[in-house]
Amino acid sequence: MIEWTGVILQGVLLGGLYALFAAGLSLIFGVMRLVNIAHGDLIILAAYLGLSTTMMFGVHPFAAALLVLPVMAGIGYVLQRGILNQTLGPDILPPLLVTFGLSVIIQNALLEGYSADPQKLSAGAIETASVSVGSLTVGLLPLLTFGVAVAVIASLQWMFYSTALGRGFRAVSDNQDIAQLMGLNKAHVFGLAMALALAVTGIAGILLGIRTSFDPSIGGGRLIFGFEAVIIGGLGNLWGTLAGGVILGVAQTIGAKIDPGWQVLAGHIAFLVVLAVRPNGLFPRVQH
Amino acid sequence: MSTPTVYRATRASRIAMIVAAFALIVLAAAPWWAGRADLRLMGEIFLYLSLACLWNLMAGYAGLVSVGQQAFVGFGGYMLFALTIFGGLHPITAILLAGLLAAVLSVPIASLIFRLKGAYFAIGTWVMAEVFRLTFAQISALGGGSGTSLPVGIVRSLASSRSGREALSYWLALGSAVLVIAAVYLFLRSRRGLALTAIRDSEVAASGLGIDIWRTKLEVYVVTSAFTAIIGGLIFLQKLRISPDAAFSVNDWTAFVIFIVVIGGIGTLEGPIIGTLLFFLLRETLADFGTIYLMVLGAVAIVVMLKAPKGVWGLIRDRYDLELFPLSYRIKLNDPKDI
Amino acid sequence: MSDPILSLTKLDAHYGDFQALYGIDMDIHTGEVVAIIGANGAGKSTLMRSISGLIRNTPDQVHLNGEAIGTLRADQVAYRGVALVPEGRQLFPSLSVEENLLLGGKVGRPGPWSLDAVYDLFPVLKERRSQASTSLSGGQQQMVAIGRALMANPEVILFDEISLGLAPVIIKTIYDALPGIIGGGMTALVVEQDISKALEVSSRVFCLQEGRVSLSGKTDHVTRDQITVAYFGVAA
Repeated sequence: MIEWTGVILQGVLLGGLYALFAAGLSLIFGVMRLVNIAHGDLIILAAYLGLSTTMMFGVHPFAAALLVLPVMAGIGYVLQRGILNQTLGPDILPPLLVTFGLSVIIQNALLEGYSADPQKLSAGAIETASVSVGSLTVGLLPLLTFGVAVAVIASLQWMFYSTALGRGFRAVSDNQDIAQLMGLNKAHVFGLAMALALAVTGIAGILLGIRTSFDPSIGGGRLIFGFEAVIIGGLGNLWGTLAGGVILGVAQTIGAKIDPGWQVLAGHIAFLVVLAVRPNGLFPRVQH
Repeated sequence: MSTPTVYRATRASRIAMIVAAFALIVLAAAPWWAGRADLRLMGEIFLYLSLACLWNLMAGYAGLVSVGQQAFVGFGGYMLFALTIFGGLHPITAILLAGLLAAVLSVPIASLIFRLKGAYFAIGTWVMAEVFRLTFAQISALGGGSGTSLPVGIVRSLASSRSGREALSYWLALGSAVLVIAAVYLFLRSRRGLALTAIRDSEVAASGLGIDIWRTKLEVYVVTSAFTAIIGGLIFLQKLRISPDAAFSVNDWTAFVIFIVVIGGIGTLEGPIIGTLLFFLLRETLADFGTIYLMVLGAVAIVVMLKAPKGVWGLIRDRYDLELFPLSYRIKLNDPKDI
Repeated sequence: MSDPILSLTKLDAHYGDFQALYGIDMDIHTGEVVAIIGANGAGKSTLMRSISGLIRNTPDQVHLNGEAIGTLRADQVAYRGVALVPEGRQLFPSLSVEENLLLGGKVGRPGPWSLDAVYDLFPVLKERRSQASTSLSGGQQQMVAIGRALMANPEVILFDEISLGLAPVIIKTIYDALPGIIGGGMTALVVEQDISKALEVSSRVFCLQEGRVSLSGKTDHVTRDQITVAYFGVAA
């Protein structure tokens, strides 16, 4: 019994990481109805940027985040204004295929720059540190990751519903023309949304890199986990996305407990079950 | 009173048909004039051409943008191995049966992933492909994660000599490409094809005309899945070895196919043909550069999508008003003086 | 006469291959209230979209305070002091009443209009400030739309069909409030299908017919018959 409690707890904490994969995806879909196929590769790009920063300056990965986050945000803004804004419109093909092309470019650029060898960010003692909760032992890093996920989602939620920036995001999402009449330049607003999304992706990339080894090919898988968390939670609901990540994480750790080869498959099956039973996700956005 | 004439075939399209017929005869004779490596390359070209035509039908005409067609390529490949090794079937029978099984399997899959809209549908198809990959990796009888080879006996059952087998697998590839192109062309010319075009142009208007959008899309999905599985079977009949990572590779069976269609011209029948030729031309000249080549390919696809969304064929067509596969109706206003 | 605040010169507008406006010339002076009337499809809303920047023109087709603004984006035009009350209200459904108003003030131009001033004008909005804008009645939504445009403290305000779909008593309330709004020296263009309402508040009138100006003049000087001809293209 206690063994399974531990497994589920691990899954919940893993869900925090998946929610971080998902948050950026959810944000840009909410603001501009864009689904970024390169999202996973951008997470891996952030992990590699973290790697280079730690090696170049000999700093801890958390310190590297101070550089990686603004760089990712900058990449996001430039990417959005330079390329992605041109793809937005009623036709879904251009954004899909352009981000797909980006995914291939990022993946192969990483291969070219860092080779296919798996890499890892080393964070020192925190990686193995653990705390005891009753008779359970919980890794400090997963706990921290989950805490960061909750903090990120709470801040995004606050930003979205309580700041002028968030008001702009919602207005542009509702009606681009009228928002433009209010003095919002949608190209800039979309750029800011992507910058924010990729900053979150930066956090996700660093935490992923500390947790497991990574190589240029694993971006697609991270995109899928993020996407599953979004759909399980329900489109347009950030807290739902966290719940979706947790459900995915728990399904995966339970699957892995039964048979290590089943970890990822169990997550996919959980996603398909939700899709079959509740196609709009478990917590779809309530229209007020 | 002059009556305008409505017609489809043009001079260019008639010439194209004649050229194509000649080309087909020359290509069918390739085993007698081409070297072993060239024959293999040409076989691969025809299989990619088939995949491209099928993906184009889904994405360019039915609006079903899938990034998970590798699910059916790999499924077809694995069914070839499973049905020949365990079922004792002849490889060609096994490949046809794989197509049938894929059709059956695609119905419940569609009922799930059709719930996802637009771009989310795309990622949903990818999840499905991953489910396939992970599932086949669990089947130890088929070699689990490391895969398996087609036993010599089964390979021999195709043809006794190696050159005979190579010729046969080439003809199957050529035949499948011709079949797929013809099938897609005839389908698009039919009533259902018309319905599909109507849906592409406007879903709202199409449903107003009484077209069952869901059903039409489902039909396209099922048929495409079946053909894709057959092509997958042929691909792995050529390779003779299968593993989950090769069978369900998103790069090999989806990324390349998408680039082919986008560069050639999505939503046109000519596009995949031109795209396939360009793709292999690029690959054969840049293949030595490895990753750089793939980055170039990605960049070319992005530039095409942004600057010429109808691809290379779209540029040619707009310039010369050409249509090699006469799909659209043209109107000729007869001069009253002629009557 | 002083230089016009807003001036349109040979303004054309297209939607793809379809031309909606043909060579519109118009000079509007500070403090004027000008009515734009015309049948459905005459090009009134297109005119509003062209002035506000939602449709881009060539630079010299639209001048504001002497500056060529024809190619500016709508947000750039907004910062220069043009606000539109769009047809059909078009409030942001994800935003509360107050958030809609605050967004209107985003351009941050100085002037008499503030949240408090809008609430003074339409007290009911203050009661409903934190409600979703979609939960309001049509008339209240129109008040939010007007308040949202006022929050920008525009020099030129464009009203596009503000009486459309509203009950007569509501229309009266809104039109009664209009002089108080425009009285402070604001220049206004009022697009209306309800001709009598439009003439009541305006000093000058332009009638559009199939994308062209078919009649213009001081409200007091044009006759009913002239309007009928200009409106329908034939004498009634």
